[in-house]
Amino acid sequence: MSDLRAALPGRGIWDRLTALFWRRPGVLVAVLIAAPLAWLGIVYVGSLVALLIQSFYSINEFSGVVVKEFTLKTYAELLRPANADVIVRTVTMAASVTLASAVLAFPIAYYAARFARGRWKAAFYLGIMLPLWSSYLVKVYAWKLILSKEGIISWAANGIGAGGVLDALLALPGIGGNSLSTSYIGTFLVFVYVWLPYMILPMQASLERVPQSMLEASAALGAGGLRALWSVILPLALPGVIAGSIFTFSLTLGDYIIPQIIGNSANFIGMAVYHLQGTAGNIPLAAAFAVVPILIMLVYLGIARKLGAFDAL
Amino acid sequence: MRSDTRAPLILRLLAIGGLLFLHLPILLIFLYAFTTEDRSYQFPPPGLTTRWFAVAWNRPDIWPPLWLSLKVAFMATGLAIVLGTLAAAAAAMARARFFGRDAISLLVVLPIALPGIITGMSLRSAFAIMEVPFSTWTIVLGHATFCIVIVYNNAEARLRRLSGPLPEASADLGANGFQTFRHVILPNLGSALLAGGMLAFALSFDEVIVTTFTAGQQATLPIWMLGELVRPRQRPVTNVVAMEVFAATLLPILAAYYLTRGGDDTAGGGK
Amino acid sequence: MSAAVQFDHVSRHFGGVKAVDDVSLTIAEGEFFAMLGPSGSGKTTCLRLISGFEKPTTGVVRIFGEDMGAVPPNQRQVNTVFQDYALFPHMNVRDNVGYGLMVRGVDRRTRLAEAERLLALVHLDGFGDRKPAQLSGGQRQRVALARALINKPRVLLLDEPLGALDLKLREAMQDELKKLQRELGITFVFVTHDQGEALSMADRVAVFSQGKIAQVGSATEIYARPATRFVADFVGSSNILAPDLARTFGVAGALASLRPEALRIIPAEGARITGRVTGARYLGAGTRVTIAVNEYLGKEEAEIAVLVPAAGKVPGIGAVVGLDWDADAVHPMEAA
Repeated sequence: MSDLRAALPGRGIWDRLTALFWRRPGVLVAVLIAAPLAWLGIVYVGSLVALLIQSFYSINEFSGVVVKEFTLKTYAELLRPANADVIVRTVTMAASVTLASAVLAFPIAYYAARFARGRWKAAFYLGIMLPLWSSYLVKVYAWKLILSKEGIISWAANGIGAGGVLDALLALPGIGGNSLSTSYIGTFLVFVYVWLPYMILPMQASLERVPQSMLEASAALGAGGLRALWSVILPLALPGVIAGSIFTFSLTLGDYIIPQIIGNSANFIGMAVYHLQGTAGNIPLAAAFAVVPILIMLVYLGIARKLGAFDAL
Repeated sequence: MRSDTRAPLILRLLAIGGLLFLHLPILLIFLYAFTTEDRSYQFPPPGLTTRWFAVAWNRPDIWPPLWLSLKVAFMATGLAIVLGTLAAAAAAMARARFFGRDAISLLVVLPIALPGIITGMSLRSAFAIMEVPFSTWTIVLGHATFCIVIVYNNAEARLRRLSGPLPEASADLGANGFQTFRHVILPNLGSALLAGGMLAFALSFDEVIVTTFTAGQQATLPIWMLGELVRPRQRPVTNVVAMEVFAATLLPILAAYYLTRGGDDTAGGGK
Repeated sequence: MSAAVQFDHVSRHFGGVKAVDDVSLTIAEGEFFAMLGPSGSGKTTCLRLISGFEKPTTGVVRIFGEDMGAVPPNQRQVNTVFQDYALFPHMNVRDNVGYGLMVRGVDRRTRLAEAERLLALVHLDGFGDRKPAQLSGGQRQRVALARALINKPRVLLLDEPLGALDLKLREAMQDELKKLQRELGITFVFVTHDQGEALSMADRVAVFSQGKIAQVGSATEIYARPATRFVADFVGSSNILAPDLARTFGVAGALASLRPEALRIIPAEGARITGRVTGARYLGAGTRVTIAVNEYLGKEEAEIAVLVPAAGKVPGIGAVVGLDWDADAVHPMEAA
């Protein structure tokens, strides 16, 4: 039977804590956030700071020992022609990969957003999500099989009598090579393949927010298929394209596995960082190299933010 | 259901072609695992055999990396589930009340938003400055950091739906905070946590970029594979391992999808 | 009778918004009390101040004389039927109802038996094994009621509990709730925006407007003698007479209210007020006839509504008629 008091007494530690958190909800939030905040704050932000600090150290060229004194010498080394080349090459690759991904992604995203319904919608979702999540290394490996001299592409090209076209392509100066798997074209193809889903998803999200009525209105005004695409749909998809390009651009900037396995062993920022911190033992220069993509991405994000890309994330 | 307007043929071809482009290369891995050719990547395979599975099974150099990868993935996933859930709970509680909500989200997303090489090189710099020797823990440290966001995304979406009336009804009926968590929040959060944990596991098991910076001389399975890719020794064995790694990441991903499908918080959008 | 719930100059502010603004209120033990008002008027916040999901910015909330300032919701002998029921989706009906006993450590056998007893009380015997998703809206509402009653609360709070039900079910539940409250003898505090619901069920009604109580009183008081223009507008179909018109009806210098059923239509000759019929709406129990009186009074536009009982004669549109009324039905009120 209910006793005559309006309030029941607290029993045990949990009741007392519950009462405390009820009186001061901020305490609960603070308790909850303490561990993750400490982890991310100390481990991650702390590491980023360590990266910055390292990049201002330098290396004694004779002994190979890191000199723990503040200097801009290491950053100056980035401007050497060989290193500057690496940066330009990486940014060029990131830009071409981003453009190609956007072109390839558009029909998939547009179809998934506008025409796929029910079962097909789920199929498209999984069809984009599975390659996105499945093993990165296995995907790269699959392309090594595909692009190798005796692989499926050469086989198919010879089979349809296009072997000459492939040879002509590989003979192109600058981007060609001994086989597809040792050419720039190969590196580029694999980058596009691996990052394509990161472009499709945000593009699809932003296309899904375009009201059907807007497309119909443009058709009613007499805009034909291509003109409607160009003047109505593409501008509306732009925030998604920019959001997706943030991923494709940043991921290409930082990758060092793909150019190491597929390509003509030309250096990229990621590879430079990896070799400098590993075999070369020059951690300060590796750190300075790693700061470059951060700076490039900050500029890129600044522009993207101006263009309203973050609404699509 | 049918759409009221049908897609133009060219669009359908391009879309289907794009999906095939995404999937066919992966299927090729399965074919190569059975090839009889062991010196090149010849296509079509001259013959098919299952003997490489036995060869791979008996290779002693594969087992230690596999165990290390499993160990790291389990530890990183466990840490990520605890930390990611706590962060998501704090974000859900804070709602509009605290300035820090956006700051929390940004901090959680950062390790996966920046290229892996930056996360890796940052940790490498920190270990160098503090003279931390490489160990299983240095790998776990890196993996847990970028896995938190996966759990966080899954848990936060679910907790947002769970906040409000349900915990209030529980408290109203006399439950203290712990009882509400145990009897009301957890049963409804469970599948989201499981999905987040599976995705985190897949991500960790497969990770190579950050790992190369935090592993030192240790080899996880992806690092072993990377070595084989750069300097192939017995190609068909690598083919078999590649297929198995693919399956080991695919199954948790599919499971995560089926655990959360149909909701507004379907797993996977957050990678 | 002692006070079950007492608000002593209670305010609740959200940033700059005064959701509850200096409310003082006493709800007696065993009373069926309704908080009535439009959305955003502060009635739901007041309910949440009783259950403990909101804390007063200033002032004191007392339950049976005890200051609730330091008592969290789970330690209050108060239970709530939530607006959308808030049933636990992963538990079956029996476990939902037994939840309050489970968290208090009552053994399984006892609490399941008690849950069955309460399910029988709300006429849901045999539904114990179902999940909430398998129930209709009305059934969920009963489960929520049973769940809230299992702890034998001293005050039961109901937050728009009938809002999601269709009209017929709502009327049936109104009767049932009223009956239940009489049988159990516990205090019910009921939040609603539906004036008909409040007036038909509650012993007393508080009408909320902009965080303040505009009027507290019995249903008849609120209906027949609205204290302010807001109450008259919100609660009923009363005629609101501007001061000059009110003077014609016998009240000097103030706004006044006059219920349509207190008016009678009489022949124009010799009537104190005449007007032209502008509309008639059949309501079942009677017909609501609107009569424009302005042109005869030479005043600003004014219409008077008259309820003609079902047995009475309804004049045609455009007819000129006279009005008669009970003098004591005209009530002066504040302008607010």
